[in-house]
Amino acid sequence: MADRQYELVYILPPDTTEQQAGEVHEQVAQIVARLNGAIEKTENWGRRKLAYEIGRQKDGLYVLEVLNGTGELMKELDRRLKVMDQVMRHLIVRVDEEKKVVERTRTKRQQDSERRRVKRGLPPQRQPGEGRPSESEDADDDRFDGMEA
Amino acid sequence: MAFGQGRGGRGKSDKKAGEKGQGQRRTLFRRRKVCKFCADKIDDINYKDVKLIGPFVPERGKILPRRISGTCAMHQRKLQTAIKRARQIALLPYVTD
Repeated sequence: MADRQYELVYILPPDTTEQQAGEVHEQVAQIVARLNGAIEKTENWGRRKLAYEIGRQKDGLYVLEVLNGTGELMKELDRRLKVMDQVMRHLIVRVDEEKKVVERTRTKRQQDSERRRVKRGLPPQRQPGEGRPSESEDADDDRFDGMEA
Repeated sequence: MAFGQGRGGRGKSDKKAGEKGQGQRRTLFRRRKVCKFCADKIDDINYKDVKLIGPFVPERGKILPRRISGTCAMHQRKLQTAIKRARQIALLPYVTD
């Protein structure tokens, strides 16, 4: 069975040492390895301000792990993370299907634009300096005008 | 063309409409809102990208409705899940007062 891809984000208290953070990562890695999963990537976001207090803490250390594995593994991981005291909060999200959809729309859009360009007798890729310069002044600041009800 | 398109400034554009003598109907004109994600061709609305989602969560912490932001239905749906996920891991607030 093909493995699914998941993203795990967990938050550790701000006073966690690097060693402790390493231990948590090690525990996660162990569970993943035991159930035949694989860690694809680990990303440390470092210290961030929380949008709301969690257990009187205002900051947290964020760690993101991209995992390949089965649903069973995620179930076990979720259970274990709930129990771990060091982990203030965690979130597991399945990402492979969304990624596929994004990929598909992106390639489709590109193919469409290439086809249209060829139809108009242009080379399939956009040349530098072609077309109107982007109207940047219109794009950002007044996104929400008409806010008055 | 000093204050032509009614960009942002309400007072000015209102005055101009009044000069035209068209009365009420001109005053109601607003520039058409476009879905940010369609316009900028953003396929992936990700919960980790607070910079992207942030503007759709005003001070109160509520999700900005479509009728105000102009987001299309598909992207509003994706935005909604992204915001809800971001809230779970405290990247965005549930409420602020």
